[in-house]
Amino acid sequence: MNRFDYLRAATLDEAIAALSADPGAKVIAGGTNLVDLMKYDVAKPSRVVDITRLPLDAIEERADGGLRLGALATNADTAYDPRVKARYPLLASAILAGASGQLRNAATTGGNLLQRTRCYYFYDPGVACNKREPGSGCPAIGGVNRIHAVLGASEQCIAVHPSDMCVAMAALDARINVEGPQGPRVIAFEDFHRLPGDSPHIDTTLQPGEVITSVDLPPDDFGPHYTYLKLRDRLSYAFALVSVAAALKIERGCIAEVRLALGGLAHKPWRDRHGEASLVGKIPDRASFQAAADQILAGAVGQGHNDFKIDLARRAIVRALAQAAAGTPQSQSVKRVN
Amino acid sequence: MMTADLHPAAVPVAITINGRAYELRVDPWVTLLDLLREQLGLTGSKKGCDHGQCGACTVLIDDKRINSCLVLAVTKHGSAVTTIEGVGAPGDLHPLQQAFVEHDAFQCGYCTPGQICSALGLIAEGQAKTRDEVRELMSGNLCRCGAYTNITDAIVDVMERAAAACGREDAA
Ligand SMILES: Cc1cc2nc3c(=O)[nH]c(=O)nc-3n(C[C@H](O)[C@H](O)[C@H](O)COP(=O)(O)OP(=O)(O)OC[C@H]3O[C@@H](n4cnc5c(N)ncnc54)[C@H](O)[C@@H]3O)c2cc1C
Ligand code: FES
Ligand code: FES
Repeated sequence: MNRFDYLRAATLDEAIAALSADPGAKVIAGGTNLVDLMKYDVAKPSRVVDITRLPLDAIEERADGGLRLGALATNADTAYDPRVKARYPLLASAILAGASGQLRNAATTGGNLLQRTRCYYFYDPGVACNKREPGSGCPAIGGVNRIHAVLGASEQCIAVHPSDMCVAMAALDARINVEGPQGPRVIAFEDFHRLPGDSPHIDTTLQPGEVITSVDLPPDDFGPHYTYLKLRDRLSYAFALVSVAAALKIERGCIAEVRLALGGLAHKPWRDRHGEASLVGKIPDRASFQAAADQILAGAVGQGHNDFKIDLARRAIVRALAQAAAGTPQSQSVKRVN
Repeated sequence: MMTADLHPAAVPVAITINGRAYELRVDPWVTLLDLLREQLGLTGSKKGCDHGQCGACTVLIDDKRINSCLVLAVTKHGSAVTTIEGVGAPGDLHPLQQAFVEHDAFQCGYCTPGQICSALGLIAEGQAKTRDEVRELMSGNLCRCGAYTNITDAIVDVMERAAAACGREDAA
């Protein structure tokens, strides 16, 4: 780990000023990603700005009927919050599908949004990586790329975003509240994470000096028709190879609204509005799910080792939509799939 | 009160560990696990992976189970930490420690302090109701010896005894 200065920020303004004054400064919240990356010498902040004293951990009702999750609310507090469990079970189950009890007790809303890819080349400072060292190359292309992207990747980078929480938030059309040197602003969830393009080292649209203060969940209620299906190499405590957050509104036997977000396939939680729209008005059956899955994955490109993900994703989408339609969400503890 | 080595970059940290208050100066890059083991001689918490993957370093911070290897100690100023040294004592074992012995839930014993701290956290969280749920919520603790079945038995045993005790109180 590199040596760094430390500031225990007493106010949000103090944190923003410290971040604005030093481009090498980094916020620390739960530390579960930043400390890990510092131990590997991937993150080398000149200064660590500790925001854990700031009053940003509340989960509050919003006037519009939605909920506001403070940036420092832990993943465990969010997943077990009775309001989240009752109104956003999709989010609760996505969070509980990720990491472990210990990590969820430390991990925060803001930190989870900004956790970095688990690409093994990114984690190894001994090799090239455009995400870590812009312009150095991407050894995952043509290399060992079993866990890498099949959608939205570029010739510069094929890393995937690792979060489960974010996949559910993308499906729920959450909004991210940030505060920075220019004041507060709101970022639509879809506009927060970026595709790699020519600048894969920049993960998000967060600007220098900005701090995430909270995430707002809109009041939409997907009732019983949701599921978070996570497929991985072992049944627990592993990142997703493919995950699907699905939520449906079903009226008079037909699909009235669809939310579908995919994890483990792209640089960001993947949503395909055309694919979603293609399901509206349809009967929620296997044939329509299959057609939508085919459409969503039509542009998928494998890199060799990860070719299997395309078919896995197709099957996962169909299964997740079937689970959502039937109101039989994936269990976290009993993982047999029938 | 105890004072650790002074370092120019060191930051004042007031922290309670196993009920004892410490006023320390800690370098910002020191993890809670290294502070416990290297500076305070509390070697019960184990360093397995040092990357949040194995659970051997699990302690309770403000009553929540957390991987101490991924925590910068300076961020826990004002917190109360419980390590395995603060759970039971030889001759006066915590019921969970007793159950680990009864169920042969450890073999080499390396992962045991983390397993016990994690299980204490799990029981306090109150989210696990079934054996499958206990297994899922203990998945952050790896055991090289594969003592998982017996570990689960020990935890379920303690949960069931606690539930039975509550039942008796209700009936009384
Ligand atoms: C072994 C292991 C397994 C895991 N498995 C999973 C999994 O299956 N699924 C999953 O989704 N995640 C998983 N995780 C990742 C975990 O969820 C993240 O590490 C965690 O959510 C990060 O939150 P944090 O508060 O600890 O962030 P930190 O480490 O404190 O910060 C992470 C990043 O966010 C920035 N940051 C934090 N808060 C703010 C803020 N408010 N404003 C601006 N910047 C901020 C920091 O500067 C840093 O760059 C796993 C982690 C480990 C170690
Ligand atoms: S040593 Fe901390 S989790 Fe392995
Ligand atoms: S008892 Fe040996 S590692 Fe768990």
